Amino acid sequence: MKVYADNAATTKMSKTAIDAMLPYMENVFGNPSSLYTIGQAAAEAVYSARETIAKNLGCATNEIYFTSGGSEADNQAIRSAAEIGAKRNKKHIISTTFEHHAVLHTLKKLEKEGFEVTLLDVHENGIVTPEQVDEAIRPDTCLVTIMYANNEIGTIQPIKEIGAVCRAKKVTFHTDAVQAAGHLPINVQNENIDMLSLSAHKFHGPKGVGALYVRKGVYISNLIEGGAQERGKRGGTENVPGMMGAAAALNEAVANLEETNARLVKLRDRLIEGLLEIPHSILNGDREKRLPGNVNICFEGIEGESLLLLLDSKGISASSGSACTSGSLDPSHVLLAIGRPHEIAHGSLRLSLSDENTEEQVEYIISEVPKVVEYLRNMSPVWRDLQEGKKNYVIQ
Amino acid sequence: MLYSEVVMDHFMNPRNVGTMDDADAVGEVGNAKCGDIMRIYLKINNDIIEDVKFETFGCGSAIASSSMATEMIKGKPLSDALNLTNKAVTEALDGLPAHKIHCSVLAEGAIKAAIKDYYDKNGIEYDKNMFKEVDHEHAH
Repeated sequence: MKVYADNAATTKMSKTAIDAMLPYMENVFGNPSSLYTIGQAAAEAVYSARETIAKNLGCATNEIYFTSGGSEADNQAIRSAAEIGAKRNKKHIISTTFEHHAVLHTLKKLEKEGFEVTLLDVHENGIVTPEQVDEAIRPDTCLVTIMYANNEIGTIQPIKEIGAVCRAKKVTFHTDAVQAAGHLPINVQNENIDMLSLSAHKFHGPKGVGALYVRKGVYISNLIEGGAQERGKRGGTENVPGMMGAAAALNEAVANLEETNARLVKLRDRLIEGLLEIPHSILNGDREKRLPGNVNICFEGIEGESLLLLLDSKGISASSGSACTSGSLDPSHVLLAIGRPHEIAHGSLRLSLSDENTEEQVEYIISEVPKVVEYLRNMSPVWRDLQEGKKNYVIQ
Repeated sequence: MLYSEVVMDHFMNPRNVGTMDDADAVGEVGNAKCGDIMRIYLKINNDIIEDVKFETFGCGSAIASSSMATEMIKGKPLSDALNLTNKAVTEALDGLPAHKIHCSVLAEGAIKAAIKDYYDKNGIEYDKNMFKEVDHEHAH
């Protein structure tokens, strides 16, 4: 059986998204900046794509800027707020310890440029509180950037409440909603969001397209100098098919959201219940406040990359926060942020489901993972020491 | 593919995996914190490695490196095993990705650690410089 369970990494494109893109590759291939008919037809398509995305986020059409993806949107949002902050002598930024690297690495760079960054603790459940944000805000704070839902452990943050705190203190609030857009109901107005990043390939749209919502009146600068595209904020000829695919995919995801999530939550809960039957395993992230498709579990005594390779040989595509899957020696910063020790974080498994997954697939995962874990534990000197009582279990 | 066919073969079908109750020597290198530990058991007779077993906590290349390294020293004199380099293990595996080379270094280290254990247990004198690489910090 083939099971793709890494939808937080990327998703299969939907038929709707592909169909929305094809005409803009085959027929309406004009440059939206061109005056003649197929150019203007492409320009109209770009407008309609922007309008569709705006409608699904609850904002105005001219508050949406297309980008190359979530990382670019995060970079642009943070850089813009920092630029305006520096002009006003406000060089303090608040974020959390478990943001995506597109945010963390941008903040690291800003620190080198003289900014001060406060990273809030996310506790063992992987959730930051509005009170923490409130306490951390200073007179010189120019930006609060907190992800909507975590990409590894799926925990959902109290965005509306955090937004209210920022609004009350007149601090710009950006949220990286790459894992949330198309998966959770979002309304930027109601949730007090000033800037929001999203990425189309996380909700069955194409890769290489994202968007940044910027509330009217909030300043943004451009990462890419060039033409007048995106109202002068991002030079370069528009990725018209990509924008059409992104808009169609988001529209479809939002339209089916309730129905999809009701199904996904059941699959997720069955998967969590089934996998936690494995001795010395633990769920990462809050049990309730998590994305409908996210399961993330640590198994003591084994390492994640070998787990993934063996699962792949059984047709299951998954992900891990082990060092060996990241190319560095440290395991996932997210798992460390919620307090998992290094040796436990190395043995993590993330399964992220989408509406493509079935009950049969979930049962297949539940039947295969325990065998693979047992096989690896049987060749693990760490597991032997635990079994022989030479070391104490970290996960009971 | 990330790994060569040889690596995948040794990962999927590791040779000499397991423990040894009557081992003459045991060597261990690595650290669970860093995500890899290798333990090597040796059965030695007349300076010949009659049998070898390994246990590894680690990624695919760590398991494959352990498997290949044990194959390369089985039935060989201790002097040959002492000369086994991580480069030889990597070559036998048909290469490893650059960031995985340290796995082969660990395999070399685990074997040296086991031989050092054998020398120590049997009061055999040796040049301490021979084993200066048997520590995980160096392996990384």
